[in-house]
Amino acid sequence: MTVNATPTPGAVPLATEGYKPPKATHKARVLPGFGLSLGITLTYLSLIVVLPLAALLARPWEHGLDGVWQTISDPRVLASLRLTFTTSLLAALVNLFAGLIVAWVLTRYEFPGKGLVDALVDLPFALPTAVAGVSLCSMYAANGWVGSLFAPLGLRIAYTPLGIFVALVFVGLPFIVRSVQPVLAEFDAEVEEAAATLGATPLQTTLRVIVPSLAPALLTGFSLAFARAVGEYGSVIFIAGNMPFVSEITPLLIVIKLEEFDYAGAAAIAVAMLSLAFLSLLLVNALQLLLSRRGRA
Amino acid sequence: MSLVVQNITKRFSDFAALNDVSFEAQPGEFLALLGPSGSGKTTLLRLLAGLDRPDTGRIDFDGLDYLTLSARDRRVGMVFQSYALFRHMTVAQNIAFGLNVRPSKDRPSKAEIQATVQRLLKLIQLEDLGKRYPSQLSGGQRQRVALARALAINPRILLLDEPFGALDALVRKDLRRWLRRIHDETGVTTLFVTHDQEEALDLADRVVVLKDGQIEQIGKPLELYRHPQSAFVFDFLGTSNQVPANLSDGIADFGGFSAPVVSPKALNGAQTVRFRPFDTHLHHEGPGFEAKVLSLLPAGANLRLELQSPTGQVFETQHAHDSEASDLRLNDTVYLRPSKVYAF
Repeated sequence: MTVNATPTPGAVPLATEGYKPPKATHKARVLPGFGLSLGITLTYLSLIVVLPLAALLARPWEHGLDGVWQTISDPRVLASLRLTFTTSLLAALVNLFAGLIVAWVLTRYEFPGKGLVDALVDLPFALPTAVAGVSLCSMYAANGWVGSLFAPLGLRIAYTPLGIFVALVFVGLPFIVRSVQPVLAEFDAEVEEAAATLGATPLQTTLRVIVPSLAPALLTGFSLAFARAVGEYGSVIFIAGNMPFVSEITPLLIVIKLEEFDYAGAAAIAVAMLSLAFLSLLLVNALQLLLSRRGRA
Repeated sequence: MSLVVQNITKRFSDFAALNDVSFEAQPGEFLALLGPSGSGKTTLLRLLAGLDRPDTGRIDFDGLDYLTLSARDRRVGMVFQSYALFRHMTVAQNIAFGLNVRPSKDRPSKAEIQATVQRLLKLIQLEDLGKRYPSQLSGGQRQRVALARALAINPRILLLDEPFGALDALVRKDLRRWLRRIHDETGVTTLFVTHDQEEALDLADRVVVLKDGQIEQIGKPLELYRHPQSAFVFDFLGTSNQVPANLSDGIADFGGFSAPVVSPKALNGAQTVRFRPFDTHLHHEGPGFEAKVLSLLPAGANLRLELQSPTGQVFETQHAHDSEASDLRLNDTVYLRPSKVYAF
């Protein structure tokens, strides 16, 4: 703004020409402690996640790029990666539906023993995975309780990829249930009632109103269950049979390399697995972002 | 006769939410259910929508026994206080929902649904926002979308639960006029719940006043205001000053001065009478209720005064800006004489 009038004698100008207010060094924040909490977050993540992963990334290169490529492109490794990721994906998908139903039952209905059922869901979290593996194995072996039912049909579960799938379903269930349950519990009853007054049947309300609004929670549970399944070791190795090219999962292959003192080889497989897992999770996160844009923005 | 509600009673465990409530609504009527919180007005609305069932009584619409119909078969348009919009659907999808969920034999074609949505978007003046999500709208806009969604199913009755409850004063007033216009255009029988007496009196054809689950009075706004049937209705509809008086033959005697009495029944003897802030005159000398000026509020069409009597009772009065009250100051002593009092 320019002022053309000559200033009246004695008038004090409010601000001299060229005056600039002091620059704000940082924006005022509503929540205090941003610097401190971010500092703790970054330090913690560095120590717990980034540092070990960095060490892992540094490890495989002692035989050069060629050596790494040799290890990864080994058909046995490729077969194990394919097995690990497809069974994990299938198990997470099955749990997506089963977990949704379990969460639904636990939030929507009152029945005797509900608390017990609720607690049961967490058991796969608490059980040492090796214990789970052994018990699953004895259940699903050809002479086990469940296995003996399928054996006459020519269907073998234990010691096949199907067994791996069963173990991964077992360890993945709590993730879906626990991500969906709180969202479902807090679902606004009036929204459901609105759907009913508009003429929707209970099934339509469920499929068109409730489940779509659970999508973000379902996706979170799905990605957690999937990530857990990819990394699962203890419960799988007992039931898998561990036949190379058929039922050998990648984590087992890594352990085998370690036992052969081939640390670089183990690290190379681990890096391949890590990249694939990271890519999948990135994909899920992108989808999540898309979903949350739609709902909130 | 359009809507007939007969002897409805609804109890929640030990608490009677509604007690023997009966009223009727004419076709196309705009009815307000007015009452303080806990008076049962929302419960009544939920019973009409079929979201709850009464313990006893009947609800009929055009000869149809509504209690035998489920919420989804009643074709009642309900607008919830929280709006209850579907967050994952666009505005247009929200409005079309009630048509899209119909069984295929009753469902209009895609083009017809599209046309209905466009027509309603135009009605609620949000033509360009059909592709937005509810989270991208203001409170007033969400309210209008909720209304359009309810209107889309061509409802027999429209029910609105505190339709302006969550909105600020300016938007409220705007939406109020607009809602009345929508009602007059569509002609659908409408019931709305409110605890705001001004809203009810301003908007409705008739007002049902509820208290503790029972109907206190039903009437046209003016009728209700001029001839309240109970002290509760009088007190609820506006500011009320209360004084003791001696009644005889329609005159309240205060000892030295008097005022005519408006009452639903003939009363005699000692009674508490009530008067409105604007049914008063102030004088510099007695007789009258002696009081000191406690506060002066010059805002608005009238000058509002708070007066305190020597016994500590506070009166509220209203006077024209150019009246005898205009040159009063704080702590001045005045004598208050009501020009008209109500007794019950």
